Amino acid sequence: MIALGAAEWQAVRLSLQVALWATALSLPFGILCAHALARWRFRGHALLNVAVHLPLILPPVVTGYLLLIAFGRTGPLGRALDQVGITLAFHWTGAVLAAAIMAFPLMVRAIRLSIEAVDPKLEQAAATLGAAPWRVFVTLTLPLALPGILTGAVLAFARAMGEFGATITFVANIPGETRTLPSAIYTFLQVPGGDGPALRLVAVSLVISVAALVLSEWLARRAVRA
Amino acid sequence: MISVAVTHRFDGFTLDAAFDAPAGVTALFGRSGAGKTTLVDAIAGLIRPDSARIALGDRVLADTARGIHLPPHRRRVGYVFQHARLFPHMTVAANLAYGRRDATDTDRIVDMLDIGSLRDRRPATLSGGERSRVAIGRALLSSPDLLLMDEPLASLDAGRKAEILPYLARLRDEARLPILYVSHSLPEIAQLATTLVLLEAGRVVRAGPLTDLLSDPALVTALGVRDAGAVLTGRVTARAPDGLAEIAISGGTLTVADPGLPVGAAVRIRIEAQEVILSAALPVGLSALNVLAGTIDSLHAGGGPGTMVRVRVGDAALLARITRRSAVAMDLAPGQAIHAIVKTVAVSPDDIGGMGNGGGAGRDNPTGGC
Repeated sequence: MIALGAAEWQAVRLSLQVALWATALSLPFGILCAHALARWRFRGHALLNVAVHLPLILPPVVTGYLLLIAFGRTGPLGRALDQVGITLAFHWTGAVLAAAIMAFPLMVRAIRLSIEAVDPKLEQAAATLGAAPWRVFVTLTLPLALPGILTGAVLAFARAMGEFGATITFVANIPGETRTLPSAIYTFLQVPGGDGPALRLVAVSLVISVAALVLSEWLARRAVRA
Repeated sequence: MISVAVTHRFDGFTLDAAFDAPAGVTALFGRSGAGKTTLVDAIAGLIRPDSARIALGDRVLADTARGIHLPPHRRRVGYVFQHARLFPHMTVAANLAYGRRDATDTDRIVDMLDIGSLRDRRPATLSGGERSRVAIGRALLSSPDLLLMDEPLASLDAGRKAEILPYLARLRDEARLPILYVSHSLPEIAQLATTLVLLEAGRVVRAGPLTDLLSDPALVTALGVRDAGAVLTGRVTARAPDGLAEIAISGGTLTVADPGLPVGAAVRIRIEAQEVILSAALPVGLSALNVLAGTIDSLHAGGGPGTMVRVRVGDAALLARITRRSAVAMDLAPGQAIHAIVKTVAVSPDDIGGMGNGGGAGRDNPTGGC
């Protein structure tokens, strides 16, 4: 096992922290969006679909810059959040937002597919048994879509771990604050003799990604059996 | 009392159906594509028809004119779907408990359907018949005011059907719950229903007491010539050791294969029109055990070589399908005395159904055989 230096550990810890928060905070919205896209027919359906997928299509730097305009210290949303004591720009919380937004399309796609795979006939049956729509959602749709929800969460987590373009544009590359794993690898590669630390972080990235994938497969299989 | 009037246009098809049904089992009969499932879905609230007025007694479920459309979960209309639609991630017990409003009835319903031993199983491990029974139990436990059953037996083989039919008969007799039963199987309907609603291309052709409609020669084409046959009601009077039973009907006695019911039990017997032979004189030296004396009520020539003859026997009516040539040769006419001959083996146990003393069966039955 190769020992990691303090700066490297810091980047790994920060990345895990950012990716976990990004996944946890966006999951409820992801489920809501996926359910709306899969089941509801409403005006603006196509618009929502485009909005959700935008970060997947836009260059990450553009997304980061848009975030900076909106959530920067002088941006309209940034100033409003500043009033309630939340700072995003050049702060690790901003990295959470950037990672969450970049990972959102992947999360919604996976969850939407699994919700679409839930037979609406079962939901109808539940309604005839007296279950109100929210109860149908909680007792049928959610548990039956669980494998897809777990897949979506893991994909989002992995995507958040690797987020680079939007993050570095929005919150820069501040050691201990916003220098996540990809930013750290990038930084090490810019200095002479940084190849060693960079390779070690690459190895860590590989381990985390593979572990996330294995975990999601295992969870999904357990969910199906339960 | 169910009162339904629905119009709905979709995919080039127009459903425009209205009927009233008394308590008991009302069969909704029609070919595939006649609009049966659409009508039932509208009653359950699963679709929103262009216009509808649906009432259960004085409880209005939908009335487009007044802007009323109760969502399905507030209708108290139970629905047993063609494929059971059990929740795959729950045990049988959890499925049964899902819509339960009143726990006091649980044991009685579970016993009636004989599903107590399945409680801990998952739907995927159940047989087709078991699934159907659990689906019926789940719907019943939600204490509905009306039970809709959309071909609950259609996906089952003959053996499983025979297994479930007695449970449905018990349901009719014990649960005292109005049931709307969708089917395109006349033998099934003949065993269960008290009222028949005949649906054709989205419209109600006829609605009325089952025995009246099944013995109406004019409806034979709509019901299907091969399956046509009147339903008689009677009572088991004797069971012989050679496997036969005698059933007293209005105007005579029928000897049929023993349906396994005790002496005194009320039964209904469907007699297929094509199994009935007519004879002007009292036949002698026949192997057929059943000769019923009656009078010709009406004749109805179909498009093909056949003629349907309705024969009144006591208070009941039989339907006989003979060739038009015979009808002419015998010079048959309404009012004429005639003998109807029914082979014992032509009445299969599938055509004989038990009838409890409860429910609307007896009351709604115009033949008054029981």
